[in-house]
Amino acid sequence: MSHLLDRLNFFQSKELDKFSNGHGQTTRENRDWEDTYRNRWRHDKIVRSTHGVNCTGSCSWKIYVKSGIVTWETQQTDYPRTRPDLPNHEPRGCARGASYSWYLYSANRVKNPLVRGKLMRAWRKMRKTMSPVAAWKALQEDPVLRASYVQTRGKGGFVRATWDESTEIIAAANAYTTKTYGPDRVFGFSPIPAMSMVSYAAGSRYLSLLGGVCMSFYDWYCDLPPASPMTWGEQTDVPESADWYNAGFLLLWGSNVPQTRTPDAHFYTEARYRGTKSAVICPDYSEAAKFGDIWLAPKQGTDSALAMAMGHVILREFHIDRQAEYFEEYTRKYSDFPMLVKLDEKDGKLVPGRFLRADDLHGKLGEKNNPEWKTVAWDEKSGGLVSPNGTVGYRWGEDGEWNLEERAKGKDTDLKMSFILDEDHDDIMGVDFPYFGGEASENFVKCEHPDVLTKNLPVKRIKSGKKEILVATVFDLFCANYGLDRGLGGDWVASKYSQDIPYTPAWAEKITGVSADKIETVAREFALNAEKTKGKSMVILGAGLNHWYHMDMNYRGIINMLVMCGCVGQSGGGWSHYVGQEKLRPQTGWQPLAFALDWSRPPRHMNSTSAWYAHTDQWRYEQISASEILSPTAPEGDWDISLIDYNIRAERMGWLPSAPQLKTNPLDVANAAKKAGKEIPAYVAEQLKSGDLQMSCEDPDAPENWPRNLFVWRSNLLGSSGKGHEYFLKHLLGTQHGVLGKDLGEEGGVMPKEAKWHEDAPKGKLDLLVTIDFRMSTTCVYSDIVLPTASWYEKNDLNTSDMHPFIHPLQAAVDPAYESRSDWDIFKTIAKKFSEVAPEILGTETDIVALPILHDTPAEIAQDQVLDWKKGECDLIPGKTAPNYIAVERDYPNLYKKFTAIGPLLDKLGNGGKGITWNTEPEVQHLRDLNGVVLDEGISKGMPVLETAIDACEMILMLAPETNGEVAVKAWEELSKATGREHAHLALPKEDEKIRFRDLAAQPRKIISSPTWSGIESESVCYNAGYTNVHELIPWRTLTGRQQLYQDHLWMRAFGEGFCAYRPPVDMKTINSEINTDEGKPHVVLNFITPHQKWGIHSTYSDNLLMLTLNRGGPVVWLSEVDAKTAGLVDNDWVEVYNANGALTARAVVSQRMKEGTIFMYHAQEKIVNTPGSERTGNRGGIHNSVTRATLKPTHMIGGYAQQSYGFNYYGTVGSNRDEFVIVRKMTKVDWLDTPATNVEAAE
Amino acid sequence: MHEFLFGIYPYIALTVLILGSIARYERDPFTWKTSSSQLLRRKQLVIGSTLFHVGVLIIFFGHLVGLLTPIQVFDALGIGHGFKQVLAVVAGGIAGIMALVGGLMLFHRRWTDPRIRKTSSFADIAILALLLIQLVLGLGTIFISLQHLDGHEMTTFMAWALGIFTFDGQAASYISEAALIFKIHLFLGLTIFLLFPFTRLVHMLSVPLRYITRPGYQIVRSRRKEGSK
Repeated sequence: MSHLLDRLNFFQSKELDKFSNGHGQTTRENRDWEDTYRNRWRHDKIVRSTHGVNCTGSCSWKIYVKSGIVTWETQQTDYPRTRPDLPNHEPRGCARGASYSWYLYSANRVKNPLVRGKLMRAWRKMRKTMSPVAAWKALQEDPVLRASYVQTRGKGGFVRATWDESTEIIAAANAYTTKTYGPDRVFGFSPIPAMSMVSYAAGSRYLSLLGGVCMSFYDWYCDLPPASPMTWGEQTDVPESADWYNAGFLLLWGSNVPQTRTPDAHFYTEARYRGTKSAVICPDYSEAAKFGDIWLAPKQGTDSALAMAMGHVILREFHIDRQAEYFEEYTRKYSDFPMLVKLDEKDGKLVPGRFLRADDLHGKLGEKNNPEWKTVAWDEKSGGLVSPNGTVGYRWGEDGEWNLEERAKGKDTDLKMSFILDEDHDDIMGVDFPYFGGEASENFVKCEHPDVLTKNLPVKRIKSGKKEILVATVFDLFCANYGLDRGLGGDWVASKYSQDIPYTPAWAEKITGVSADKIETVAREFALNAEKTKGKSMVILGAGLNHWYHMDMNYRGIINMLVMCGCVGQSGGGWSHYVGQEKLRPQTGWQPLAFALDWSRPPRHMNSTSAWYAHTDQWRYEQISASEILSPTAPEGDWDISLIDYNIRAERMGWLPSAPQLKTNPLDVANAAKKAGKEIPAYVAEQLKSGDLQMSCEDPDAPENWPRNLFVWRSNLLGSSGKGHEYFLKHLLGTQHGVLGKDLGEEGGVMPKEAKWHEDAPKGKLDLLVTIDFRMSTTCVYSDIVLPTASWYEKNDLNTSDMHPFIHPLQAAVDPAYESRSDWDIFKTIAKKFSEVAPEILGTETDIVALPILHDTPAEIAQDQVLDWKKGECDLIPGKTAPNYIAVERDYPNLYKKFTAIGPLLDKLGNGGKGITWNTEPEVQHLRDLNGVVLDEGISKGMPVLETAIDACEMILMLAPETNGEVAVKAWEELSKATGREHAHLALPKEDEKIRFRDLAAQPRKIISSPTWSGIESESVCYNAGYTNVHELIPWRTLTGRQQLYQDHLWMRAFGEGFCAYRPPVDMKTINSEINTDEGKPHVVLNFITPHQKWGIHSTYSDNLLMLTLNRGGPVVWLSEVDAKTAGLVDNDWVEVYNANGALTARAVVSQRMKEGTIFMYHAQEKIVNTPGSERTGNRGGIHNSVTRATLKPTHMIGGYAQQSYGFNYYGTVGSNRDEFVIVRKMTKVDWLDTPATNVEAAE
Repeated sequence: MHEFLFGIYPYIALTVLILGSIARYERDPFTWKTSSSQLLRRKQLVIGSTLFHVGVLIIFFGHLVGLLTPIQVFDALGIGHGFKQVLAVVAGGIAGIMALVGGLMLFHRRWTDPRIRKTSSFADIAILALLLIQLVLGLGTIFISLQHLDGHEMTTFMAWALGIFTFDGQAASYISEAALIFKIHLFLGLTIFLLFPFTRLVHMLSVPLRYITRPGYQIVRSRRKEGSK
């Protein structure tokens, strides 16, 4: 009762008992104090949620709530169990996630809508007399007013605003931009839908209804490995982490599993206990290195040399000197090894040309449908040429032959892999292969050999009418490319590993620094295990390898090893490329919601790398010319143009998307077409040909072609992914920046031929930058309007990952704190405001959407030849030789009604994905019953309601085959039509299963097998990519229908990447004598590498006090002891890191872990935390991307060519950044630039 | 005024001391602690704290015994007033210097170490400062005491102190002639009593003396009802 009275018991013995020989005693004491500690851990409720943070973790968490406040979180432990012989998925989670609740109530939280003060002042002044749209117009047309807020971006000065006022500005800006320039000048950037699907969909649905541009992210992040679509016709599909446990040999290649795949790392440990052998390949002594039985530390960026040498060993020992039966059978069935390649003559010598196609042959092998898309092989059974089942020609326009059965024209076949035997070939001839390893930039090692290597090959002469065609099999060419001596004589082939001939282990030792015997050992053990276990050798690789300019070579080198050893599609084997949380498992259910496909199709998608390259004017500083990367064996052609010119051509030919699309407002073009009484595609084609209409890409700096409004949500574009950060600041934002180099005009460099050059580069292209975030990130700091969003414990949403097969929710454990709202509600608010504001100038309009030639559509076989209509090489046929131009109706006053109801097109056109479509009327009816119907009069009356985030979740779950068994069965049956094989058995046992949002709240659920993915969900195997290709004989979605190791597109051959080759890092030329003024003073020039950090996920948590406390509390870079000595540095010194792109400041971590010649800066450390000023730029030090710049690679632009066709986040240019070098020097004076504002500044 | 400061104020201070301490112990038991900053920095603490605490304890008990033991007891024991005063001056002087040196070290540490400074409340710093002032004043009285070694003045303080505890209405008048420095010292002492319940000084009341005699080192706190075995 009373603490004091309880203690006043001096006359009563406290002791009751003794035990343990008097060392222990039992006492009689008040124990009420214990309740305090019990109450400390007592809570009102636990809610299931997760962290939507693009870490791939997708861990389910318990969120504890007490008195309406989130108090802490712990890991959920109720994942559905796995099989008896497989460890469970738990525990999942990491220190970063566990620190999340700190964010909710921290000072970093954005609490109210914020508007840049100067913008607000001008806006309020205008609004006194004008309507919203007129006010925005007046503001934009006054250059002084516009500059007043544009030039202060990033310099503070926000004022609080109401939701009403801030969304009114946004709505007015969107309406004005749509009317004045076109809806495709409204951009939106948000990444990784899988981490919070509804939040992504909220913004993209608004943009898609508006006609705005949804920008890609996977390619921009450079996590998209173009090698994957090239080889498999698949963006990325990988085994779940549980499948590591099934592997016999795990090769970790540049992936730091314990640090960056923390929740999955236990499977790696468990696999090691099971006896799995593991080799770790990474240049630094990473956390993963200690797991390896062997650690190989190659020079960074030379992975393809290592992979090629390993491939050399595997081919020699398992395919040539001895033919491993499993490998041979696998590659015959599942790779393009048996396909025939024409050998073209170039300057009197032979080079590998296109695949031989039925169309090349007299009589076309009897093929009438798409003969130019049916590749040809030699069949031993019939002793002649056949067009085997499964090539892309069979996919479109006919049914039943698109499968991997070993058949052609209904007959069994036995395809020949090689003409090596004397009786099989007609001749031995020399064929030219390019060699790139004779050059190297900065501190990379070169290994000099001629740039063209002629190697002997067994060839066959094929008579076709009067012509004679020289052909070789892919396998024979492949072996020659690897430099293997097969007894055919000639140069540049090796019979011994110790010869210094490209792609032997001895050669690779010179380039990579890894000893030849280690290369041999690892390659041999990798292959031997695969042979014995039928493919259970796995490579886990991280984005590190993919961030080099020639990332495709690193990846294809590894993929080649896997295919040669029959690992892809086998449980416990294959290619585990883990980067972003890219697997949006219920993708086909989500797409209609996200891109408003229920109301209008197609949406506007843009590949971000090309867009930012153009719109941040990084192209004006481009130092790499095409000739530097062109192959010496390139076919004749007009190759000597700038990289931006390649992109323009690609857009013109319909290969890549455009944003903006036409220089003229598409609404005006549509009106003009109507006036002229013409069909829109024909009208646009005619106008483009005459030159009256221009594509925006040809003149990115013209004011008509600027992006005007930009939404950034669920992203920290300027603090994390924005390669060329300083160029963003300079040109897109028009504010203080740190660009140190000169553009091509100032420098007198080689000008682009097709892109129009403006003498003065624009500064400040954006009229309005809106960022939606829960914390004040770097991007928020640079925005005009910041809207506070609900955090991950305050909203309802869905989350999936490629690392495990479960779908689980984010849930609102508490209401959004302060004035924040969920992303869904924010965009709903904006949509409502837009519908109020826009009718002043916009009604029902016709928009014209330029649609590139898309993968997985019949159009993907549009261009088997590269022909440019502008050069008169062909006619402009929309959708065939150029983008398609499609009329789309936009009902602007009803945008809000459309946003909040499920529209009619799902009933009319059905739903689908990856080339198949199914009827989805029953699901829409179910949604009507479940969500209710719209009762209000208007266009949406009677349609299913889409008011809340949970309504949106139900829409996704109902429509997706992965979460609705009935749809899964339908989808498999649709696929069966194309393949002629029965697949529905994969989903039939789960036909009755329908997963709802509340089911997920109860427990994470396993998804249902669907043809959207190449693996299956089953009680007997783990999810593994390519599984259905191998076990269900569904072709890969490539030209040959097989895993394609030879890329025959003209541009691939021109750039020397028909076959995989070692290509050294490119010379970015960002350090010249003008930049490096430190000659003589201590400094060091290092290769700048940006791996993922330990104390954050990208930039999230990098401003979290709990995480900052665990490291050094601000930006750091890592370098080796030797390099530190050269630069006169000791650990914890402040250093400045810079090149022509800009400068950053950080503390130095000097560590034995680091390899000489490199500097690590963990990617995305917020510059808003403890970042001092840079001596070089005079501004605050930048982020890691202040010293990088995006550079395009022409081969990534290829389109209209089966698997090399555009898809959103599937193919396209990627933002590489690892070839960059920087100067590192100690800072003499650390200036925090924190003098108080002057009175004048403060007054403003 | 004199009557208020030394006749009434002592009762106010002692009342606040007692009731305040009880209230705090009842209402806010988790603030009843030393608030040690040892985790943040050990340097200067070990020696500073030991000097300070040993010194202060000697002074405390010296004052307690010296002031509250009736003068007749001393007389009966044959301890002369002069001798008692000299004893007080010598022992108190040494202990006072120890406490002052230790206290200054603690103060320096608390003031200059940024982490300790940040985690210190106003009361933490203020009470340490008051104690230091009180120590200086106490040491300052020695110079006056040395001028008349007969011990007479000391007996007036004893009379006053006893008077307060025996509710002698005349208590204040016993020391009306005392030197100013004594009066300030007394006033500050009473003020420290007043502030006692609101500071970390309360830890004095919870010295875990029991630990010295407690036999077992494993304690099981029983849930058994009274009387049951």
